[in-house]
Amino acid sequence: MSQAKEHQPRKLPYVAAITEGVRQVLIEQDNAFVAGEDVGRAGSVFGYYQGLFDEFGPDRIVDTPISEKGIIGLGVGASATGCRPILDLMFMDFIGECMDEIANQMAKMRFMFGGGATLPVTVLTMAGAGVNLAAQHSQSLEAWLAHLPGVKVVMPSNAYDAKGLIIAAARDDNPVFVVLNKLSLALQAEVPEEMYEVPIGKANIIREGKDLTILAIGRMVHEAVAAVAPLKELGIDAEVIDVRSIQPFDSDTAIASLRKTHRGLVVHEAVRFGGFGGEIVAQLQEQAFDYLDAPIARVGAPFSPVPFSPALEKIYIPNADSIVAEVRKTLGM
Amino acid sequence: MAKKISNKILKELHLRMVRIRRFEEEAGKMMENGKIPGALHLYVGQEAVASGVMQHLSVKDQITSTHRGHGHLIAKGGEFSKMFAELYGKATGYCRGKGGSMHISNMELGMLGANGIVGGGPPIAMGAAFSNKFRKTKQVAVAFFGDGASNEGSFHEAANMAAVFKLPCLFVCENNGYGEYTPQANHQAVVDVADRAAGYGMPGIVVDGMDVIAVYEAVEAALKRARAGEGPTLIECKTYRFYDHVGVRGMGLTYRTDEELETWKKRDAIIAFEARLLELGVVTQKSIDAIYAGVNAEIEEAIQFAEDSPFPEAHELLEDVYSVRTEA
Repeated sequence: MSQAKEHQPRKLPYVAAITEGVRQVLIEQDNAFVAGEDVGRAGSVFGYYQGLFDEFGPDRIVDTPISEKGIIGLGVGASATGCRPILDLMFMDFIGECMDEIANQMAKMRFMFGGGATLPVTVLTMAGAGVNLAAQHSQSLEAWLAHLPGVKVVMPSNAYDAKGLIIAAARDDNPVFVVLNKLSLALQAEVPEEMYEVPIGKANIIREGKDLTILAIGRMVHEAVAAVAPLKELGIDAEVIDVRSIQPFDSDTAIASLRKTHRGLVVHEAVRFGGFGGEIVAQLQEQAFDYLDAPIARVGAPFSPVPFSPALEKIYIPNADSIVAEVRKTLGM
Repeated sequence: MAKKISNKILKELHLRMVRIRRFEEEAGKMMENGKIPGALHLYVGQEAVASGVMQHLSVKDQITSTHRGHGHLIAKGGEFSKMFAELYGKATGYCRGKGGSMHISNMELGMLGANGIVGGGPPIAMGAAFSNKFRKTKQVAVAFFGDGASNEGSFHEAANMAAVFKLPCLFVCENNGYGEYTPQANHQAVVDVADRAAGYGMPGIVVDGMDVIAVYEAVEAALKRARAGEGPTLIECKTYRFYDHVGVRGMGLTYRTDEELETWKKRDAIIAFEARLLELGVVTQKSIDAIYAGVNAEIEEAIQFAEDSPFPEAHELLEDVYSVRTEA
């Protein structure tokens, strides 16, 4: 046991893993900088740029006005001309303020220019409900982005992936959105000190099982893991896959799992109707229809804005119970 | 005024304007007779603005353009052959046929794109200017936009950020009196867009956009300020488009009078400048004719190049959506 103690893995909370990933990128890439609202001396309202202003100074940790069109525009123009910006879009809900700069400029510039422009830009943004911030500060809008050819979208569920995906995003020569989750900020995981990449476009099998594949997005991975024991009691051995990257989506890993388990369920915190889960289900039924013993189930938020009242918000967010309930319904149990 | 400016520069200003005018006249004809697909927003009438600004810029300086972007690219050094090929949707075009008129661009020339979104350019130019400052280059970024775009929130955010960061940036408003088909008086309460500069803490200047020398001189002072790290300037050029919003005659909407058009045509920047150059003895009628003949020959050759060029192949559709990492 004393040997094990020497190799005690270092644990970091999600928030500190973000800081470390961004910091290592800034050290590695001279042409990288962070720009966004309250990122400077304040260190972000979520705390993940703490210390970076003192270490890198105001030229590389850039406080911007509250101007989301400007922030994204800054990233488009700067990335097209030799910089590797890391933009901070404080709450994902603010995407409405800058959707033109994202959808019509950032996503399309390379294509419209016939490959003439390269945009190595990373956007960190915060999604998710659960802290009583109501309808305009709690949404999960990843499907809006995944629908845009030209951008990549990843959603780390844990500290290890947060750091590794930020580094992969910053090294990628395309616009990459790293969609973070506010309820996950304190979650601890083993995080190596050295720089490493988590590959964009690769799902992660969290737990193997033989009866049911649960494809979970973002924080819902933890709810899926929590559903494993009650499902076991129902005699269902669930495999849990962290989708991790929704654009590109790793259909290979999902299909390989379905071929083994013959049953599937997709869960995300975003509104179920029109959510990314629908795309996953469509791809799976196209490519693995013959292997399915049941319809692929979907769990997502109801078709309403995120409510403020803690009593309502608790009902609104999908959890292990709603996953189990959906499995029972789909399998007629 | 013109005495301080060398004959070489005067001739270059003239040539830039003629190149734009003749290109646009031909492109307009070809759109209206169906040879060029899609919609062209033509620059005829506004040539003095692009020419006066670009005379000061090198290919390293960046510009963002508008939906009316051919003139900006030509003045920045665009080749007719690759431009016509792009308008035709051919694989040899500046954007391999994927952008067309509304997205024509060339990074090597510092032309960061015409833009189909009114107000799309200023935030990108501001970003390029930020990059210039960050990388400690002496480059300047210029955002061209119209009176209509000055009502977009994107312009407001870009102007404010450029000012607060003291970026090497110019905001050149081409006020042609109309936001598409709506006259300026119906879309903004100010007469001079340049007045808005005060709200951003930057100088705002109004110049006669039909006078290429006036534009040239105003830009010179603003660029000096930008390159010295003193921040952006808003230059409003009062101009007019001789063609419709789209095409030459366009959709035939009755939104302006023939009298108004004729009044502005009497102030044609090219005709006025040629008269001035003749008077100064910088050119002769013969040398002017030779310039037109040269440009016309170049256009003919470029159109032939575009006609002879292949269309993109099916496999090219999915190329350039993403940059693909190539492992060394």
